[in-house]
Amino acid sequence: MSGTPRYYVPHSSVWPIIGSIALFVTAFGAVNFIQQSTDKVATEGEFGALIFYAGLAMVAFMMFGWFRVVIMESMQGLVSRQLDRSYRMGMVWFIVSEVMFFAAFFGTLFYARVISVPWLAGAGHRLETHLLLWPDFADVWPLFMTPGGEGTQAMGAWGLPLINTMILVTSSLTVTFAHWALKKGRRGALIVWLATTVTLGFTFLTLQVVEYIHAYSELGLSLGSGIYGSTFFMLTGFHGAHVTLGAIMLTVMLLRCIKGHFTPDNHFAFEAASWYWHFVDVVWLFLFTFVYWF
Amino acid sequence: MSAHADNIPSSRHPLVSYIARWLLTTNHKEIGTLYLCLSFTLFFIAGAFAMIMRLELFAPGIQFTQPDFYNQLVTMHGLIMVFGVVMPGFVGLANWMIPLMIGAPDMALPRLNNFSFWLLPFAFTLLLSTLFMEGGAPNFGWTFYAPLSTTYGPPSTDFFILGVHMMGISSVAGAINIIVTIINLRAPGMTLMRMPLFVWTWLITAFLLIMVMPVLAGVVTMMLTDRHFGTSFFEASGGGDPVLFQHIFWFFGHPEVYIMILPGFGIASQIIPTFARKRLFGYRSMVYATVLIAVLSFVVWGHHMFTTGMPLFGELFFMYATMLIAVPTAVKVFNWVATMWRGSMTFETPMLFAIAFVMMFTIGGLSGLMLALVPADFQYHDTFFVVAHFHYVLYPGAIFGTMAAVYYWLPKWTGHMYDERLGKIHFWVAAFAVNLTFFPMHFSGLAGMPRRIVDYSVQFADFNMMSSIGAGLLGLTQVLFLYIVVKTIRGGQKATAQVWEGAEGLEWTVPSPAPFHTFETPPVIAAEED
Repeated sequence: MSGTPRYYVPHSSVWPIIGSIALFVTAFGAVNFIQQSTDKVATEGEFGALIFYAGLAMVAFMMFGWFRVVIMESMQGLVSRQLDRSYRMGMVWFIVSEVMFFAAFFGTLFYARVISVPWLAGAGHRLETHLLLWPDFADVWPLFMTPGGEGTQAMGAWGLPLINTMILVTSSLTVTFAHWALKKGRRGALIVWLATTVTLGFTFLTLQVVEYIHAYSELGLSLGSGIYGSTFFMLTGFHGAHVTLGAIMLTVMLLRCIKGHFTPDNHFAFEAASWYWHFVDVVWLFLFTFVYWF
Repeated sequence: MSAHADNIPSSRHPLVSYIARWLLTTNHKEIGTLYLCLSFTLFFIAGAFAMIMRLELFAPGIQFTQPDFYNQLVTMHGLIMVFGVVMPGFVGLANWMIPLMIGAPDMALPRLNNFSFWLLPFAFTLLLSTLFMEGGAPNFGWTFYAPLSTTYGPPSTDFFILGVHMMGISSVAGAINIIVTIINLRAPGMTLMRMPLFVWTWLITAFLLIMVMPVLAGVVTMMLTDRHFGTSFFEASGGGDPVLFQHIFWFFGHPEVYIMILPGFGIASQIIPTFARKRLFGYRSMVYATVLIAVLSFVVWGHHMFTTGMPLFGELFFMYATMLIAVPTAVKVFNWVATMWRGSMTFETPMLFAIAFVMMFTIGGLSGLMLALVPADFQYHDTFFVVAHFHYVLYPGAIFGTMAAVYYWLPKWTGHMYDERLGKIHFWVAAFAVNLTFFPMHFSGLAGMPRRIVDYSVQFADFNMMSSIGAGLLGLTQVLFLYIVVKTIRGGQKATAQVWEGAEGLEWTVPSPAPFHTFETPPVIAAEED
């Protein structure tokens, strides 16, 4: 800390309470939407979807407004080095929490492959379940046939998934090139590399959509095809959602770069978005290895 | 850079600006107060559920509640006490005290702090509204095991799931804020090993929160998709396993247990040295013990599942790992007792609660050791013995810890001393009532009375009557507590900055009540002899 250290204390803010209300509306709408459009509870009515989308719009509005304030503070030079460190640490711990969220689903995948599927096929001390309930069930992975008789084909690793892997790894490199350009103050190169990254990100997402259509329409692989389909779609789906979020973050950064918001020494928002991008990249490498490949 | 509440335009109606002040505040003290008020309100709501349950269990037979409604009460009592009372209570204390204790002006991310708090009233609205829904509130216990919560859960389960998501976001955001505040905003000279233990325990608690709340979010998401989108995570016919639910839940659940007690350890470690007028015995070992407890908490979840079915190796591993936790915990208890040894002790209300915390938490810890033994657990599992065990760690542990902290810091918050005579009455009646309520549960449990059941066999009648009388008395004492707190806020003997003769730490260097902004420039902490 140089000069006279003064702590940063912001004014009271309207955005957090808007965010809380927005999430409440989203949650309330989501439950009604789900219950009205699936048959487990099957309630009457159609307002759920409306409330849900209204909630999402409020969330987007809140994020726009909140980040607008933060950006303006940063542009006015109100961000001290200490506050900058707080933001950095906050982002790191946020990513740690995201890692743990994915850990829950990877844990599920490993449990299914190492424990529950072999047990259902008669391994260990669970022989009775196998003999009495599903004597024909065999332990193979990917799970072509569930104990209950749902069949599917497996998603291969060496077509689209491999291309997607290369796309994401490349985009991690290009975002780093963009960062180097930013640190050297070369805005032209920065914009080119960052635009490349964003393009690669959206290409990845498009290919994921193609892959999902292939899975549903040609392989018979769906959320309902047993634990293989469940883990496949939940892991790749949540990853895809995170890539979408990361791509939106990078798009915002691209617009801000074009507007000239960043300087070689002050560009934490860019770094946070690129950390997030590296994070979704690393998650994908685990996905490719354990969901598609082995 | 002042962010006083009065920079909201004064042209508005006073009520509007009053509400706006609390809705929009970014001040750690105001947000701390909000957390504590929410916690206290929900304490009475979840306490009322407990009162109805104890009324029902006063005598054998079904008197007041239908079995399904009784199950809903059990569920809501547990969920709200865990997520709505103990956790927000501790977070409220953290908000108020951590910046004061480390010489920071506020929390590191004040707007995020407001967001963390204001998510909670909405989350609990979602959760409590389930009581009025068709099909009733969730009725599967706070542990919401599949398939009770997936295949057989009532329609309101989905509201519960989204409510848990909101609480999870709140907890993670709050925990990030606490960690960043502690790491980044300490005053010069406040090295890690000079931090008060309340700060240390909260640092570790916040770490645990960040590690496990996302896992909880993951497991409720799997519940949601199992319920509505045809996935088979907890469905054996699809290759999944209901036992998997328990593994994931308890991977969250066991660290969660320590989230609910570690700040209590910190509080006891603040209060006991003050009233023993000695420095805390074994500061370093306290820190290391807390870290060790936190690390071990990730590898003991299986002890909740001994009777669910697990390979022998798993049972042995979880048994030994669990018993290992007794070692750092015993270090702590030893240190608290050694701090009191030959101290110049006085017994003001916070000290009474802190001593009761040490003694009765130890009782709960020892019954935990009994439950950790696999063959013994086969007998105790799902009996009232378990209920006795965790209520001994939660009520005289977490709740008494919070109450001790409230009495200890209330003069600093309000600028008034509480009524010592009423405080002592509150303590003695509560301490008596806690034991009257929960001690007989050990016996009814060992005799075989199952938990979570609305009716019971006549041979358990006497113990249950004792528990119910104790519970009623315990409920009444909390009304007295409310009265004492309100009375202190409204007036009373002026508190000095120091408040307690033997108290040490930065929070006692600022006036009482603590000014709206405490340290606008950082204080310097002189080195003490280590």
